[in-house]
Amino acid sequence: MTTPISFILNGDELFHEVKDHWTLLHLLREEMGLIGTKEGCGNGECGACTVIVDGLAVNACLYLAVDLDGKRLETIEGLAGSDGTLHPIQQSFVDEGGIQCGFCSPGMIMSSKALLDQNPTAGHEDIKHALAGNICRCTGYVQILESVEAARDRLSEQAGGRNE
Amino acid sequence: MNNINPDTNQEFCVIGKRIPKLDAAQKAMGRAEYIQDIRLPGMLYGKILYSKFAHARIVKIDISRAKALSGVHAVLIGEDVPDKMRMGFYKDNPPIKKGKVCSFRDEVAAVAATTPEIAKKALGLIEIEYEELPAIFDPEKAMEKDAPIIHEMHKSNVLNLPWHLDYGDVEKAEKASAFVVEERFTTQWVTHCCLGTSGAIALFDAKSNLTIHTNTQIPSLAQKDFLESLKAMGLKNKRVRVIKPIIGGGFGSKLDTYAYEHIAILLAHAVRKPVKILFDRAEEFKATSTRQPTVIYIKQGCDKTGKLTFRDMRMVLDNGAYTSWGATTPSVMMMPITSLYRVDNVRYDAKCVYTNNTYAQAMRGYGNPQATFAIESTLDMLAEKAGIDRVEIRRINKNHPGDTTPQGFKITSCGLSECIDAVQKQIPMDGPKEKGIGTGIASLIHVGGGARIYKSDGCGAILKMDDYGKVDIFTGGTDMGQGLDNITAQIVAEELGLFVEDINVVHSDTDVCPWDVGAHASRSTFVAGNAALGAAKKVKETLLAYGSKLLNVLPEDLVLRKRMIFSAKDPEKTMPIDKLLRKAHFSPQGKMLMADFFYDPDNENMGKDFKGNLSVTYAFGAHGVRVHVDEETGKVKVLDYVAAHDVGRAINPLLLEGQVYGGVVMGLGYALTEEVILKDGETMNANFRDYKLFTAKDAIRIKAPVVETYDEFGPFGAKGIGEPGCVPTAPAIANAVYDAVGVRITDLPITPEKVLAALKKKKG
Repeated sequence: MTTPISFILNGDELFHEVKDHWTLLHLLREEMGLIGTKEGCGNGECGACTVIVDGLAVNACLYLAVDLDGKRLETIEGLAGSDGTLHPIQQSFVDEGGIQCGFCSPGMIMSSKALLDQNPTAGHEDIKHALAGNICRCTGYVQILESVEAARDRLSEQAGGRNE
Repeated sequence: MNNINPDTNQEFCVIGKRIPKLDAAQKAMGRAEYIQDIRLPGMLYGKILYSKFAHARIVKIDISRAKALSGVHAVLIGEDVPDKMRMGFYKDNPPIKKGKVCSFRDEVAAVAATTPEIAKKALGLIEIEYEELPAIFDPEKAMEKDAPIIHEMHKSNVLNLPWHLDYGDVEKAEKASAFVVEERFTTQWVTHCCLGTSGAIALFDAKSNLTIHTNTQIPSLAQKDFLESLKAMGLKNKRVRVIKPIIGGGFGSKLDTYAYEHIAILLAHAVRKPVKILFDRAEEFKATSTRQPTVIYIKQGCDKTGKLTFRDMRMVLDNGAYTSWGATTPSVMMMPITSLYRVDNVRYDAKCVYTNNTYAQAMRGYGNPQATFAIESTLDMLAEKAGIDRVEIRRINKNHPGDTTPQGFKITSCGLSECIDAVQKQIPMDGPKEKGIGTGIASLIHVGGGARIYKSDGCGAILKMDDYGKVDIFTGGTDMGQGLDNITAQIVAEELGLFVEDINVVHSDTDVCPWDVGAHASRSTFVAGNAALGAAKKVKETLLAYGSKLLNVLPEDLVLRKRMIFSAKDPEKTMPIDKLLRKAHFSPQGKMLMADFFYDPDNENMGKDFKGNLSVTYAFGAHGVRVHVDEETGKVKVLDYVAAHDVGRAINPLLLEGQVYGGVVMGLGYALTEEVILKDGETMNANFRDYKLFTAKDAIRIKAPVVETYDEFGPFGAKGIGEPGCVPTAPAIANAVYDAVGVRITDLPITPEKVLAALKKKKG
């Protein structure tokens, strides 16, 4: 069984025929070649496949592709500017040492984005809570948490700058 | 931190700077390609069928239904594997088993098909009749005379390995000791949990040369293993090209070649198409190797003043059903046993014993965390018995620069004393006691200047400069996320007066990169760093010679800095480096600048008595921790953590801290939460729900003071730091738990259940 769906991917409206058992992760990686979203476990335990659907961080490995119909999807590929400028969250992960092997990074960054979109003043505990579903084996989380805090400050500076 | 280059007396431009990882932006954008992301034209997908028993005879195997399935291109069983195709240094492990299985992770068949789904379906169609055999899972019981023999070709389950040393006179020293403590410790299976699972793609060209894309920390030794496999397959004098994609975590897991790699080769040869095998998470837990579990018996003594008199240790190591590097971890355990603190009389014996469990491999620290757990736990017990403060006993016995240890290790630089000071400053151990709160300290020694465990401990580097002042450096070293690319680029940039963005590091392909023994033993900064530095020095010499001619300045007066060459005496005499390169190139008998360098450190293989200066220099450190132990639940909460390390020199403090933080948290998992649970040989918790890693929610703020001792042999004074962060963590925690509630947990991990049971026992 296939179902036609339409959705917005990183700002672009798309149509796709999807099989009913496909996960969103399968759709992204295997059908669309968008390899930025990673599969770390396939069971919703590690968060490497985190994407944002209608503003909420979800595990793409547990989310059925058909359920995407009519929704707005953000993936890691959509974060950087069209001129290649990194999104402030990406830049903070780079600058603060939040990335080592990098396999968890796209998911970490997407979880961070979902948090900071909703709560631009998220504190240390909020960040720990929001990233609790994203496993990292390299960093011990110290520099990841610092990255998100730096990103929050960077984003609020930018927002402040715009308001002035 | 002193950031002056002793050679030039000028401040470093690049060394010591917090330069972000060179590939971090690619990774942050999701553009880095891991093995998961590589798809070759015409590629088939391989899957492996594993044993259903811990120990059984294969009576019958029927692959006809699997072969008949549409989309299946090949089905292989043990009989299809050449006899001489064996993995591991002990050569006891064929990639697919024939006749008999010895563990649940034994490979019994493999399939290549057009899609992963078809391959998986085909596995379900393979029919195998087993006849179960008596199995054994306890290594101490496996040593008993009537224990079932796991490999019939050996008469005993005890491996024929030489792990025994005896220095000084332990028995005499014990008799003369004022205080002696004795204890038994056990450590568990833990596993690397790389976020990127294992995988490989093998393909043969028309002339039967092999290319293999694989996650490996040992491209050159893997190439050797694969060449041996080809030879066993009758493919002699062929070429093997190993290409490393971006690696999603190493931690030692990729120090040997695995069955899936050799099976990918067999399948690719059978179908003459690229074949990819990619592990799922459950497979990663069940079919990759663990840290070596141990049973440890230890005795330590001291005199009336607290000076250590002897250390006597015996271990039984559960080897599992096959042999990989886990069985050689005693060679590294010897290091803390003989050389952590000054102790003259030392004895150590380790037996590796076959069981029907999973087998162990290398994992960050390579035996050192296990041995240090026993040594540092009993050191606290000894201090208490002798009535000496726990920090004081460590100061009394600390190593000093210039020491030669009983094993013949020559200590060059040693910042252990400063590390203990740094810990004491952050977490005072002698403060007033609060209920349920305790502090703990533990130290470490590790190799910091390579480790000569193979015939060569070398690494090659090839460096070329182009007409625009840019450098490509081809290194044998492996970046698996730890940041060797940065270290290489920073060293080369500093030496050649360039910026990091001028340096392109290529490390991914044995066709273009020189030999290296592998990313192990915290050796890459030191050994690959010195290789890069050696190549850069050669090119620098040529640059200075050209500069001398063109600027009419003596070479020794010339300085390379910020993309310029100039006279130190007369800065007016100057030229951009790229211009100089073009002048060298586009002149009669022109010259492009390139150089190669092979650095093999001046360290020694251990002799039959295990004496020898294994590493050119040694890394030291001390960790301190403050914990709260809940006496109602038994839960241990880490309140403060300080990890002080002697790193020689911090080439890049940002990445250095990342290594320490990551190591500490891996060590905390080892101490408190992580365990691969095997029930009669079968993995019970092959997922992240039941295998308890620390999450961001458990994250703690770690202080990582850096002690710089500027080692004379390190590149710009640096030593290795990859592993030390996870070495003394478990004993620091165990010591803090004892300090908090008075129970000594001797069996890792220190779970609430064990703490509660110990508290109950203590209360009677």
